[in-house]
Amino acid sequence: MTSADTLEPPRLSLGVFGWLKKNLFSTWYNTVLTFIALWFIYTVLSQMIVWAFTSARWQVITANLRLFMVGPYPPDQVWRVWLVLCIVSTLMGLSAGVFGGTMRTFARWLAAAYATLIVLDVIAEQTQPFVEFTRRWSTGQFMSALPGIVWLLINLALLGGGWWIGRERAAWRGRIVAAWFVSFFVTVALLQGFGRDTWLPEVSTTLWGGLLLTFMLATVSIVVSFPLGVLLALGRRSKLPAIKIFCILYIELVRGVPLVTILYMTQIMLPLFLPGQLRIDNVTRAIAGMTLFTAAYMAENVRGGLQAIPLGQIEAAHALGLNEALTTILIVLPQALRMVIPAIVGLFISLFKDTTLATIVALLELLGVGRSVLAQAEFMGLQTEVYLFIAAIFFVFSYAMSFASYRVEEALGVGKR
Amino acid sequence: MDVGMVSGVRDMIIARDVHKWFDRLHVLKGINLTVKTGEVVVIFGPSGSGKSTFIRTINRLEEHQRGTIIVDGIEMTNDIRNIHAIRREIGMVFQSFNLFPHLTVMQNITLAPMWVRRWPREQAEQIAMDLLRRVGIPEQAHKYPAQLSGGQQQRVAIARALAMQPKIMLFDEPTSALDPEMIKEVLDVMTELAKSGMTMICVTHEMGFARSVADRMVFMDAGQIIEEGTPEQIFNNPQHERTKLFLSQILH
Repeated sequence: MTSADTLEPPRLSLGVFGWLKKNLFSTWYNTVLTFIALWFIYTVLSQMIVWAFTSARWQVITANLRLFMVGPYPPDQVWRVWLVLCIVSTLMGLSAGVFGGTMRTFARWLAAAYATLIVLDVIAEQTQPFVEFTRRWSTGQFMSALPGIVWLLINLALLGGGWWIGRERAAWRGRIVAAWFVSFFVTVALLQGFGRDTWLPEVSTTLWGGLLLTFMLATVSIVVSFPLGVLLALGRRSKLPAIKIFCILYIELVRGVPLVTILYMTQIMLPLFLPGQLRIDNVTRAIAGMTLFTAAYMAENVRGGLQAIPLGQIEAAHALGLNEALTTILIVLPQALRMVIPAIVGLFISLFKDTTLATIVALLELLGVGRSVLAQAEFMGLQTEVYLFIAAIFFVFSYAMSFASYRVEEALGVGKR
Repeated sequence: MDVGMVSGVRDMIIARDVHKWFDRLHVLKGINLTVKTGEVVVIFGPSGSGKSTFIRTINRLEEHQRGTIIVDGIEMTNDIRNIHAIRREIGMVFQSFNLFPHLTVMQNITLAPMWVRRWPREQAEQIAMDLLRRVGIPEQAHKYPAQLSGGQQQRVAIARALAMQPKIMLFDEPTSALDPEMIKEVLDVMTELAKSGMTMICVTHEMGFARSVADRMVFMDAGQIIEEGTPEQIFNNPQHERTKLFLSQILH
């Protein structure tokens, strides 16, 4: 064999026992450590599992599920929330079909969640809701009478249907993105309603709560703070002194103050400064506080990306005749933003969790609902169940964001080109 | 006002007494150079002599602080519209390629024609494909710059500059960052371009290229033009000691 022959790479795989020996039992003290760790994991896990299946009283969750999901939103209007979920399911399904990739994974998770809830519903409630349904149906309140399990089935069907329709329709990409955008405003309009005796009576935002409110706070703050942060970052690098100084002052002032303080200021001080007739509701004020706060951090993250763009990129764009605006939009921002995706998603995740701070300004978002549930006499002392449930919900959505960010980075080839 | 018409052949670039300082450092000390339409000028000299800075003043990537630069009949002033108008007519190729890494080869080339010249996509892409064939890499159109070799990247950079259909091409040490076996493929493209009648200013130490292609060679040192002449004059009969010394160092 000559040295110029191309050789197969050597086999490195060890098999299960090889792996165990190499990683867990390589020396006598590693073996001891392995057994100690196993014993520790066993004790903790077994106790948790025994607790979860025997002594934990999960009724506190099932009995208050509506509260956890929508808070004090009027029960006879909850069908609007279901309708919003239907819109989301349809769009998720269509996106999964049209875009594939990460959207497909999300659609699978969503379908799995619906299926699980349907099964749990069947086990827990048996036929009772249908009795309720026929009773209310006879009084003519069709929408509010539909039991949750029917809504879940409709959502599952819409998800699957959307997926099926969306397959091989790559041309719909633009339309779907636009639909997501429009759906946001439709959602707000649908949840809020208008007038008193219309077909869609107004539901004041003070009655929004639970996961619904958490979502509204997080989504609006994320969507608005992103462009605001980009503008602040660009402004901080502006050649015009007035803009530059304003942006620096804003960023540094806001970053120097805790979010709690800003929330108090928007809740308590803002009404003092605004003219008497102009009333801005609590939720909007909380959203404004979170948006303004996040925008400052966003600006610093984006600035980090802007600084990493080599001067040669800007020179090349200028040499081609691109003006400052086109250079920024076409060359600098796309590269800077993809570089800071991990930092931005991290910021969004922490914003999502920081929505819990809205409880201190008397908004009943998920954590607030949890505390009010625990304040009821019959559910006293069930903190573990309630907070575990809330933590699980936050974890699922935070992990989804994190997961999406990895997939987007992969698709854009961040760190590779 | 048309400043550049002299004896029938238009002067494409006129630089008169151009000075430039970086803070207190005097890097260009009164450069006078006129380049006619279709002329190929090679600028060479030791590093730090100001040759890169000088060609970067021609499309105002660097601002000159004294003197006059007139390109295609338009004087370079602080008027931003003039600057953009002139930059559209000047293509530039950099030592470090400076391709846009987030765009494909095709998007790199069509970006400026579509956004600055406002050509429709089909037209821009057709021109881009023609140019990619001209520089010999049509099959790379839909790859990203990072997937290409250095020589291929520099040829894409040349195609990108040519896509604006410029009147002048500036080359700032286009082969200095390349591995030896890739230098030739870039020089071949530049030679073909020079023969097609493009007005070119090249900062380069590729003396073989200069000898076969340049109409005129300019030797710069310490912010000044020391000597200029045809390749025969410069190679066979240099007038200044510094030119002789520098040539002896780079020609071995």
